[in-house]
Amino acid sequence: MTTLSSSPVGTAPAPAGKPSGSRPKRRLLGEHPLGTLFAAPYVVFIAVVFAYPIGFAVWMSFQDYFFAAPGAVVDRPFAGFDNYVAVLSDPDVWQAFGNVGVFLVINVPLTVVLSLLLAYALNTVIHARTFFRVSYFVPYVTASVAVVAVWLFLFSGNGLVNQVLGPLAPDPSWLVNSALAMPTIALFVTWKGMAFYILLYLSALQNVPKELYEAASVDGAGRVRRFISVTVPSVRSATFLVLLLATITGANLFTEPYLLTGGGGPNGASTSPVLLMYQRGIEQGNPDVAAAIGVILVVLVLFVAWLQRRFVGREES
Amino acid sequence: MTVAKEPKRTKPTDAATGPAPTTRAVTTGRHHDPSSGGRLQAVLLYLVLSFGAVAFLFPFYYMVVGSLQAEVDPSVAGAFPAPGNLSFENYVAIDERIDLFTGLMNSGIFTGGALIGTVVFGVLAGYALAILKWRGRGFVFAMALLVQVVPFQLLMIPLYVMIARDFGLADSYLGMILPFLINSTAVIIFRQFFLQLPKDLFDSARIDGASEVRVLWSIALPLVRPAIATAVILTFIGPWNEFLWPFLVTKEAELQPLAVSLANFISNIAASTANPYGAMMAGAVVLSIPAIVLFLVFQRSFVSTDLGSGVKG
Repeated sequence: MTTLSSSPVGTAPAPAGKPSGSRPKRRLLGEHPLGTLFAAPYVVFIAVVFAYPIGFAVWMSFQDYFFAAPGAVVDRPFAGFDNYVAVLSDPDVWQAFGNVGVFLVINVPLTVVLSLLLAYALNTVIHARTFFRVSYFVPYVTASVAVVAVWLFLFSGNGLVNQVLGPLAPDPSWLVNSALAMPTIALFVTWKGMAFYILLYLSALQNVPKELYEAASVDGAGRVRRFISVTVPSVRSATFLVLLLATITGANLFTEPYLLTGGGGPNGASTSPVLLMYQRGIEQGNPDVAAAIGVILVVLVLFVAWLQRRFVGREES
Repeated sequence: MTVAKEPKRTKPTDAATGPAPTTRAVTTGRHHDPSSGGRLQAVLLYLVLSFGAVAFLFPFYYMVVGSLQAEVDPSVAGAFPAPGNLSFENYVAIDERIDLFTGLMNSGIFTGGALIGTVVFGVLAGYALAILKWRGRGFVFAMALLVQVVPFQLLMIPLYVMIARDFGLADSYLGMILPFLINSTAVIIFRQFFLQLPKDLFDSARIDGASEVRVLWSIALPLVRPAIATAVILTFIGPWNEFLWPFLVTKEAELQPLAVSLANFISNIAASTANPYGAMMAGAVVLSIPAIVLFLVFQRSFVSTDLGSGVKG
């Protein structure tokens, strides 16, 4: 991350001339200077859409930044840690981060267990494999906004889920219940994103050497035992990736609380940090505070990723 | 069995010195437990898989049924279509409020822009990263990998300030497309496909006097058509399904992609219609169909393991 933020926009290499070139030129630009030209649009894109905004976000979080008319020259004083103090003393921010914590505690284990189980089953059976794979992918390729419409219907007060549950239906219903709103969102995201993780596990499972299973069989291990002692450790690097990507997805949560629970309700019980950034930054016009929330969020994600790498991804190259 | 028909592509190695692609195209074979105990376990696995399929597909079935109900019926019986209760009223109702055609067209322009940008600039970058040797190549590839993990939440506010305020691109297609112009995952997929092509091919073309542009256009490009299919479906679902960014930069209903106008309908307008859930689901069906159809057409390239390796880098 630091490499990105420290690279100024100017790093886009100047488009090179003809590929011929004399010897010193070749040493300067490489064997095919045309490559620089081919890659130039992409380099400019990364600089403008990723590198510069990251630096801008960090800078903004230390300024007293506000929106002004385009072109107007305004004084935006350095504010030190004022924005961070404002963010950290805001109970809504703490609640939003707590909500992501609840989300991750439900979403991550559920994703790991179910996607590994389904990938294992998919990898073992012989018939109808394509049908199963394709059906798991349908939610993944569909817009959240579209799927939210059905979930709203399914989980509404007298929706199908509650009808099936009968007397067991929660009151107040799922999405308007402050204890259940975030878990329902976590369930939604797990369901919607699962196919991608199944795919990751599937490709990892195909690389597990058969000899390991055979050796375990010879030693008298049953199928369950082989799953636990051979499969699970063998796909460890995939598990690390699943953990990492699920954490990033969780930190990016916006559409689901915005639509499923009507803007993070009830009473902020399902507000996510990104939703809060939208409310503070764009609705209320404090982009500096929103940028500070973003920086804190990214630092937290990096920390969680580091923990995951330490404890799960250790054997990875 | 369909597995045999699958394009035999395997995870390419990063090193340009890897073995020739022909020797690597073998790993698609799957692990079948030869010693497995028996029918019961197979039945159990099929049960798990079928349960999964029902859980993943039922909401879509229910979406279609719900969108066709003239009278909303959330009861268990309502999950089965009743011939007397079927109509297209919900589609008409939502179309009156948010103009589905305009929404679809805007989604198409937004997605099309990202697709064109990715296929043109992404292929060029992927080719440069895989085949050509130039100063800064390693750095640019590292950037392409790093971009995958840059969270959008950090970019959201500065990008909004830059694009909507400084560049004055709010309420324009260009402003919508800009952050999606080149899909980095697609760049990595292109690079990996180019890497799998035998080096000699390029060298002999160069010796024959073909220019670098011609080598790319006439030799490399036709050979990586499967990669383009993968990249197209991957790039398509991004902008087509994207809500947050176009929601931030478009305030005019005339320019909003369908995902944004449907979201506005769900959060603001639905309550004032006769059958809010029915109308919502009618809109949801219209938004889902293009992505699902495209996925079904291209599913072979999408479900292949390249996608996983593309993200892993």
